[in-house]
Amino acid sequence: MSNFVDRLKTALQALSPDNIGTYIQESQIYRSIFRVGVPDSDRKRMLVMLGSVFLHLHPVKVRKSGIRMRYTWCMGGITFFLFLVLTFTGLLLMFYYRPTLKYAYVDIVDLREQVPLGIMREIHRWGAHAMVIAVWLHMFRVFMTGSYKPPREFNWNVGVILLVLTLLLSFTGYLLPWDQLAIWAITVGSNMARATPFAGSEGPGAALLKLGDVSLVTSSSDARFGLLGGRFVGESALLRFYVLHCVGLPLVAGFLMAIHFWRIRRDGGISGPL
Amino acid sequence: MELIRHAINFLSDPKILITIASLLLLASLKYPGKFYTNRTAFIVFGGMFLFLGLSVIDRNFRLIVTKPDNVPIVGMLFLVPFFTWFSLREAVRNDERAARGEPLIEQGETAEKVLSWPSLVYPELICMVLLTVLLIGWSIALKAPIEEPANPTASPNPAKAPWYFLGLQEMLVYFDPWLAGVVFPGLIIVGLGAIPYIDTNPQGNGYYTFRERKFAIGTFLFGFLILWILLVILGTFLRGPNWNFFGPYEYWDLHKLEALVNVNLSEYIWVKGLHMGLPTNPLIREGFGFLIILAYYLILPGIFARKWFREFYNNMGPIRYHVMMFLMLTMAALPAKMLLRWLFNLKYIVGIPEYFFNI
Repeated sequence: MSNFVDRLKTALQALSPDNIGTYIQESQIYRSIFRVGVPDSDRKRMLVMLGSVFLHLHPVKVRKSGIRMRYTWCMGGITFFLFLVLTFTGLLLMFYYRPTLKYAYVDIVDLREQVPLGIMREIHRWGAHAMVIAVWLHMFRVFMTGSYKPPREFNWNVGVILLVLTLLLSFTGYLLPWDQLAIWAITVGSNMARATPFAGSEGPGAALLKLGDVSLVTSSSDARFGLLGGRFVGESALLRFYVLHCVGLPLVAGFLMAIHFWRIRRDGGISGPL
Repeated sequence: MELIRHAINFLSDPKILITIASLLLLASLKYPGKFYTNRTAFIVFGGMFLFLGLSVIDRNFRLIVTKPDNVPIVGMLFLVPFFTWFSLREAVRNDERAARGEPLIEQGETAEKVLSWPSLVYPELICMVLLTVLLIGWSIALKAPIEEPANPTASPNPAKAPWYFLGLQEMLVYFDPWLAGVVFPGLIIVGLGAIPYIDTNPQGNGYYTFRERKFAIGTFLFGFLILWILLVILGTFLRGPNWNFFGPYEYWDLHKLEALVNVNLSEYIWVKGLHMGLPTNPLIREGFGFLIILAYYLILPGIFARKWFREFYNNMGPIRYHVMMFLMLTMAALPAKMLLRWLFNLKYIVGIPEYFFNI
């Protein structure tokens, strides 16, 4: 009996406010997740960077000049973080949104009217605007520090494509609320495709592409038609933009981001004077 | 008060706004040591806040600036000049250090390596937390707008593209869609990608500097600040119904009339210059226009290589040089066409609407 009381005492002692931290950190469950424990020594600080799939994006040690806020403005990091925020909020929005003419607009209004304290659409929209600006500023910083110069030429180009993808992601998302702002902005934007040289029905050179008297490039077969899946912004355009916005473009962007981050490391880390 | 309003409305006219902004940029790059200082920052940003603060009293100004979707663009109005000023101030400081023979700001800490945990990971975490707070605050304060349901038969006036493409839409004033909407955006992307292969200057890699890369930075800033950001802002805040210009305090009047007096080059030459009728064959009619375009792209690079860009040509070699000149001349085509429009009401240099081929 006394044996049992003693053991209970030791157990309770371990759970006292002073010791509970150590108790948890030494438990088998905790150790199985976080191998290193609290990074309180330089050795552990290194191991923690190597052991975590998220942290291993960074090298264990970095140039002091490269991580100064004055140098990087943290703009690339902000852009990436905003991408993650947008992925998360976008995923939540997908639960409520159906990309059809019948439901698209109503679902957005429902999100506004029926979801108490709902701010996911707000975060998604403002975050998207912020991401566009952050990408531009990131490019601006990289240019001003000359960081596109060898050996980082290729990574600059990956960045340029990521910038274009960011704009396309925002552009495709613009249509989804299916309100007046949405369809007319996309109409104005996609009307440009009609003027593509040779590939647009009102582009220079398109009239030359003929088989006998039959025009090959018409408003039902030109670049704009391919983009919208129709002659005007309608149901198929909505579906196309939805699929591109939620699946196609984020996949490509994610793929290129992996290359972008990998190449930062391969090309010698954040740039600095030689 | 009314006078100031009129003055500001007058100064925001695209002709004047773009000209002033370009001259200001040029002057600031001519004397960076004088311009990119803390004092000018106080004056410029103080002035901007004052302008915004006082202008919000005006109803028309408030209507357009407080539109929820325009709020981030107002933010950009401050962020882009701030980072321009900041990066060039760092550059000026570095250049001064280099002139005195001292190490650069970045150099002292380049050799030193620190552990990513905590030196990099903590600031990142703080950044994420702050940004999350900002986003949540912003989202609570401002509802995401939703307009009337889509109606393909009722087009709004003005019908605007998404805000980040308004620079391209603004180009439509000067160029046809095939150029402003397809060729130029394509060349912007190609041109950006080509920068590291064109810029063979090995200096200024990995630190802020202006003196070592004046030409590269000057060109980029002109393209980014004037031809992109300024045009986005112009298209957002100063273009109203029918894409007419409206000053910041002007009411967006649907019935504002702008005289369309633009004339093609062919008309200037054949009708006004030679007092003849327009030839029926479009190739003859537009012959002069074609010659000008050809001369622009084929003769100018040669002249530049011999006169002002001799050093570039020698350092870069012919291929790099000609790619650079093609991209630069295409970029310069926009301000060139703007000037021609403002000064001579020139519509098209080459105008063959029969084949949608207008330049």
